[in-house]
Amino acid sequence: MANDPHNETRVDQPTGTEFVGHEWDGIEELNTPLPRWWLWTFYATIVWAVVYVVLYPAWPLVNNATQGVLGWTSRGQLAEEISTADMARQGVRDQIAAIDIVKLPANPELMQRAVAGGAAAFKVNCVQCHGAGAAGSPGYPNLNDDDWIWGGDLEAIEFTLQHGIRWEGSAQTRFSLMPGFGEVFSDGQINALAGHVLSFTDRGQSSATGAELYDINCVACHQANGSGNRTFGAPALNDAIWLYGSSEAEVRQQIAVPNHGVMPGWKDRLDPVTIKMLAAYVHSLGGGETLPAPEVAVLEEGNGQP
Amino acid sequence: MANPSPTLDQPPELYEKHKVIHNKRVDGPFRRFKWLAMVVTLGIYYITPWIRWDRGPYAPDQAVLIDLANRRFYMFGIEIWPHEFYFIAGLLVMAGIGLFLVTSAVGRAWCGYACPQTVWTDVFQHIDRLFDGDRNARIRLDKAPWGLSKITRRTSKWSVYLLISLVTGGAWILYFADAPTLFQDFFTGQAAPVAYATVGILTATTFVLGGFMREQVCIYMCPWPRIQTAMLDEKSLIVTYKDWRGEKRGSLKKAEKNPGEYGDCVDCLQCVAVCPTGVDIREGAQIGCITCGLCIDACDQVMADVGRPRGLIDYATLEDCKNEAAGGAPKPPWQTLLRPRTFVYFGVWGAIGAALLFSLGVRSHTDLTVSQDRNPPFMLMRDGSVRNAYTLRLRNMESRPRDMEIALDGLPGGLLWTGSIQRENAARSQTVEVPADATRTVRAYVVAPSDTAGQSFAFTLTSLDEQRESDTSETRFVTPEESP
Repeated sequence: MANDPHNETRVDQPTGTEFVGHEWDGIEELNTPLPRWWLWTFYATIVWAVVYVVLYPAWPLVNNATQGVLGWTSRGQLAEEISTADMARQGVRDQIAAIDIVKLPANPELMQRAVAGGAAAFKVNCVQCHGAGAAGSPGYPNLNDDDWIWGGDLEAIEFTLQHGIRWEGSAQTRFSLMPGFGEVFSDGQINALAGHVLSFTDRGQSSATGAELYDINCVACHQANGSGNRTFGAPALNDAIWLYGSSEAEVRQQIAVPNHGVMPGWKDRLDPVTIKMLAAYVHSLGGGETLPAPEVAVLEEGNGQP
Repeated sequence: MANPSPTLDQPPELYEKHKVIHNKRVDGPFRRFKWLAMVVTLGIYYITPWIRWDRGPYAPDQAVLIDLANRRFYMFGIEIWPHEFYFIAGLLVMAGIGLFLVTSAVGRAWCGYACPQTVWTDVFQHIDRLFDGDRNARIRLDKAPWGLSKITRRTSKWSVYLLISLVTGGAWILYFADAPTLFQDFFTGQAAPVAYATVGILTATTFVLGGFMREQVCIYMCPWPRIQTAMLDEKSLIVTYKDWRGEKRGSLKKAEKNPGEYGDCVDCLQCVAVCPTGVDIREGAQIGCITCGLCIDACDQVMADVGRPRGLIDYATLEDCKNEAAGGAPKPPWQTLLRPRTFVYFGVWGAIGAALLFSLGVRSHTDLTVSQDRNPPFMLMRDGSVRNAYTLRLRNMESRPRDMEIALDGLPGGLLWTGSIQRENAARSQTVEVPADATRTVRAYVVAPSDTAGQSFAFTLTSLDEQRESDTSETRFVTPEESP
C-alpha cells in the first residue's frame, strides 16, 4: 500500500471510508467523524453541570461545602418529607382525637390506624421496660397476656397510660401498696403463708397457720380464693402469671419485702391522641378485654396489599 | 512501509454535520406492506387502552391495564399479581427470543417495519411530504433562505409534529389508568403530576427522535443494529444488491454504445433517493440499512421501465447470492426459514410460551402465608394454657369477595381465634371474609392446653365457594418448655 502524498482522498477499500492521513507503523486512521449533535449533547452536559454547581451544594471546602443558591440539603429534604407525612396523617389524628375510645372498636378502619400509630409510639416510649414485643420482664408486666391488674379494656388501659401506677406526677394515679410483712411475721409464718398462696395453683402445701394468716391479712384485697381485686389493684394469686416470679422464694420475698413497681403517667408527656393509639395497640396484643357494654368486635385486620 | 503521509495542512473535520434525509415517495409491495404495518402497530398502540373488558364490580373494566398504584397487571382475561411477575419476565424473555427468531428467519424485519422509531419516522416523513412536497421540493426548501413562507411552512409542520408527539405521549399514560377517566382528568387539569411529566417527556422524545433525529437513532443510539451484526450470518435474509448482476453500472445510453460491458444497474440512484435512512444499499449490508425494502420497490420500478428483470435489489441471503452469482438457480426465500437455527429459537420460544400458559392455567387463586410472632414466641395465659400468635395473609385473587375457612391441621387441643373473632368463640376453624381481589391480613391466636409440647402444625385455608381452593402452610407451636 504505497501512499501517494498528492492524493488527498484515499479510500480504505474494505470499509469504503476515507483515510485521515495519520499513520503509525502501517496502522492508519480512518475518517469516521462523530455526529455533530453528539458534540452538542456534550456541551449540554457541561451546561447542566454548571447550573447544578450553582444551584446545589457541590464544591467541598475545608470545613463544609459550597451551599448552592437553592439552599437544598438532604436533611432539609428529610424534614420536608416528614412534615408532609405528618400532614397526611393529620386527618386520621383528628378523627382519633374526636372519637371516644369506647367507640373506637366500632370503627374498624380507624381502630386499625390507631393500632398502627400506637405500635410506632410504643417502640419509642414503652419498649424500654415492656420490651419490643410487649412481653415485659420480671417486675414489668407482660401486655400480651390476659392478666390485668387494673383492668384490660380500652378505657382502663387508657386511664393507666394517662395517670400511671404509683406515679407521683398524677393525683389520679392508680395506687396500691402491698404491705411488707417481713418485720411482723416470723420466717415460719411467711413460709406458711407462701405455701397457702401457692396452694391456689396446686404448687404449695396449705397449712392451718397459712390459711389463718391469709384470712386475716390478705383476703381483703386478694380475696378468699386468691382471685385478686382490680379495684385495689390486687393481683390474682390463683393464676399462672406472676409479675415478680412464681417460685416459692420469690413469693416469700414479695410477702416479706414487696416490690412496688412504678408506671409513669404519660398525660403530661404525650398528647391525648398518641395515648389513645397506645391504648388501642396494647389492647390489640391479644389479651385485650371487651368493654363492659356490648360492642362490635375489635377489628385489626386490614385489606393490605401483598 | 515508508511513511510519506501528507502533512495535514487542513485537518479533517472531526464532527459531521447531520445530513437531513429527504426520501422520495415510492410505491410497491414493500411500501404497501409498510403502510399496513404502520396502520396495525399504531392502531394497536392507540386503540388498546380504550378496549373494555368486563370483570365484574370489583375490578377495572379496561382490557389492558398496568395498575401500578394497586400493583395489578390486567390483560384481557388474565390478571397478574406482583408475586407472579415471572409471567412478565417470561413474556420479556419470549420477546427477546422472538426477536432472535425473527432475525434468524427474516433478518432485520423488526427494524424495517415494526420498530416504533421506524414507524414514527415514517409518519413524520409523510408529514414532511404533505407540507413541503417530495424529495426535490424539500431539498430546495431546506436550502432556501429563511423568509416568511419558509417560516410559516416550518412552524405549521412542526406544530403537526408536536401534535402527533403529544398524542403519542398522551396514549402511553392511558395504559396505566382508566383511559376515559384519565383522558378527561388530563384536560381538566386533574390528572396526577406524574401523568403530565410522562406525557411531557414522551412528547419531547417523540418530537426530537421522530421529527429530527430519525436515522441517527438507528445508526448511533440503538444497540439493536449492533447486536444484529452478530446475529446475521450468510443464511440470513437481508436486502441485497446483486452486484454480479448490476456491475458495472452504467446508463442506458452507455450500455447501448458498449453492449456487454455494463450490468443491469443504470446508476439512477433511485435506491438511495427512497431510502428512509439514506444509505446506498449497493455498498452492501450495513448498520444503517433497516431492511424496509423500499429500495427494492424503487429498483423494481426502474427495472420494469427499462425492460430488465426485477430483483436487482432483493431480499436474499448471502449464501444464495454466492450461489446465484455462480449461475445457480435462486432459492425461494421461504427456504431460509427452515434451518436448525430457526427451529431451535422457535422451540425455545414455544416452550417458554407453553410453560407460561400451563402455569397460568393451573395457578390457584387462593393463597395462605403464615408468619409466626417471634417476640414474644409464646404467651402464658392465666389458666396456664399457652398461646402463640401468627400473622396470616389470606390472598383472594378472584374479583369477588369470598368466605374462607382457616383451620388448624394438627396440634391436638389447639383452638383458634382472631383479632376480630373473640376468644370466647375460639374453635378449631374460623371463617373470615376476604375482600375481592385483595390480601387480608389476619392476626390469629392459637391456644393449647398447658401440657402441650412444642410441635409443628399447619394452617389450612379453604375457599368456601364452589371452587373449594385450598392452601396449607406449615408453622410451629412454641411452648415454654422448648424455649431456650
